[in-house]
Amino acid sequence: MSISLQGIIGRGDFERALNFSVADGDVLAITGPNGSGKSTIIHTIAGLISLRSGQLQSDNIMWDAPDSEQWVAPENRSCSVVFQDLRLFPHMNVLSNVAYGLRAHGVNKDEATARSSAVLSRVGLSSFEKRQPNDLSGGERQRVALARALVMEPRVLLLDEPLSSVDSASRAVLRQLLPEVLSGFGGATILVTHDPADVEALASATFGL
Amino acid sequence: MSETNVDRRELKFRKPGVDRFFHFVVTAGALASLLVLGLIAAFLVFRGFQIFKDMGLSFITGSKWEGSGNPGEPTAYGIAPMLVGSIVLSLVAVVVAVPLSVAAALFIEFYADQRIKKFLISLLDLAAAIPSVIFGLWGFFILAPRASHWAMSLNHHFGWFPLFHVPGQFFDGSPFIGGLVLAVMISPIITSVSREVFSQTPPDQISAAHALGGRKWSAIRYVALPFGRSGVVGGAMLGLGRALGETVAIYLVVNIVFKTNINILFSGGGNIASMIALKFGEASNYEVKALLASGFVLFVFTLLVNMAATYIVNISKRNRV
Repeated sequence: MSISLQGIIGRGDFERALNFSVADGDVLAITGPNGSGKSTIIHTIAGLISLRSGQLQSDNIMWDAPDSEQWVAPENRSCSVVFQDLRLFPHMNVLSNVAYGLRAHGVNKDEATARSSAVLSRVGLSSFEKRQPNDLSGGERQRVALARALVMEPRVLLLDEPLSSVDSASRAVLRQLLPEVLSGFGGATILVTHDPADVEALASATFGL
Repeated sequence: MSETNVDRRELKFRKPGVDRFFHFVVTAGALASLLVLGLIAAFLVFRGFQIFKDMGLSFITGSKWEGSGNPGEPTAYGIAPMLVGSIVLSLVAVVVAVPLSVAAALFIEFYADQRIKKFLISLLDLAAAIPSVIFGLWGFFILAPRASHWAMSLNHHFGWFPLFHVPGQFFDGSPFIGGLVLAVMISPIITSVSREVFSQTPPDQISAAHALGGRKWSAIRYVALPFGRSGVVGGAMLGLGRALGETVAIYLVVNIVFKTNINILFSGGGNIASMIALKFGEASNYEVKALLASGFVLFVFTLLVNMAATYIVNISKRNRV
């Protein structure tokens, strides 16, 4: 089992009890209306906010268990996030954005560049390496964010509304691209979405909030 | 494209009386500052005009300051050594102050806990308000004796580098020591501006850096530092502006000598402001005009540096996405 969450997530006054797990190779779609806590789940798994109670573990490593005061910092969790608002670094070009995580983990520059180029090629952006994020279309930016997450070869991939901020043409392209990319990804994927078409195209299981 | 008939009407909006009054008050305030600045410049030009006319460009490029302007007495005024001295002292100050200030700003913003952070920010504000004569006295009595030894050591190890070369073994009252005192003086403003800019780093970008595996230092290095870079440069320029015009501290610490000295470890030097302070008391009427003309040059130079600082800070704001 790659990731399992049993406990209460929360942010501010909002709280929700959850119990789910995702196996390697599976794509779990978490659906629900606005304000139901979809993004809070992503942030909790990534370690940007902590569980209120219960436990979150991946491959038998406890990431977060407030009751027993166990906590793994975000940078030490083998998971990568594609945020809803992407959060690309505007001062870095596409290649540097993708290579950031590797460089932060101490991978040398040449290797980080080679691995980043390879992933950019997988998402169809090999000729965009020197471009700045602000010069890209919404769909291209989305693919950069996806490449930035995949290059880390995480055990858990978290996709927060990956198709919500792109136009319909880019969405169609991404709906074709994402299954291809995810089929080559061996870990667990959690997809947060409110669009049934995304669930249909990408998910192997659904969890409704 | 199809045409649409739109009923157009003119929108009229009249600001409430309170808004108009407030607008008048702040505009008057802003114009008053500009007016005072303009009057100072006009005064300096008016009093120094004869010198600019008599000396021409050599007032800026010349390196002699002799005579009192009496008939028959050879008189020449040129401020090049002090202009160079102002730049050298300020650059030494900025080179020393910027790394320390950036490190201090990063510590306060990203590492210090909330209570220490508040205390340090108050301390910075306090440090910025300390009169320069206090820094000068501290520099003279406490720093200078130690800094002379540091200068000696620098010369011993790096004397091959032209800046650290000395024509004789005299290390007291050097631009290096003056620059160190200035560095301590301008650090609070550079730290303050840098911290302010770092504090505006989007938290989302920091959390994205963490979510991608970046530790705190990595997030600072790759996100906060590039984000705040232009702001740091702007802060450094503001510090440079203050250092250029500093008078009392330099007067107390540097051995004021009217010569161009770019061997920063070697005794002697000065800046325009300290030269004016040194000569003003015993100057003839004509020499006073020359000192006021020097003041005008310093005024323009400082204004240019501050304008450059404002421009750079504005660029940094525009680049934040």
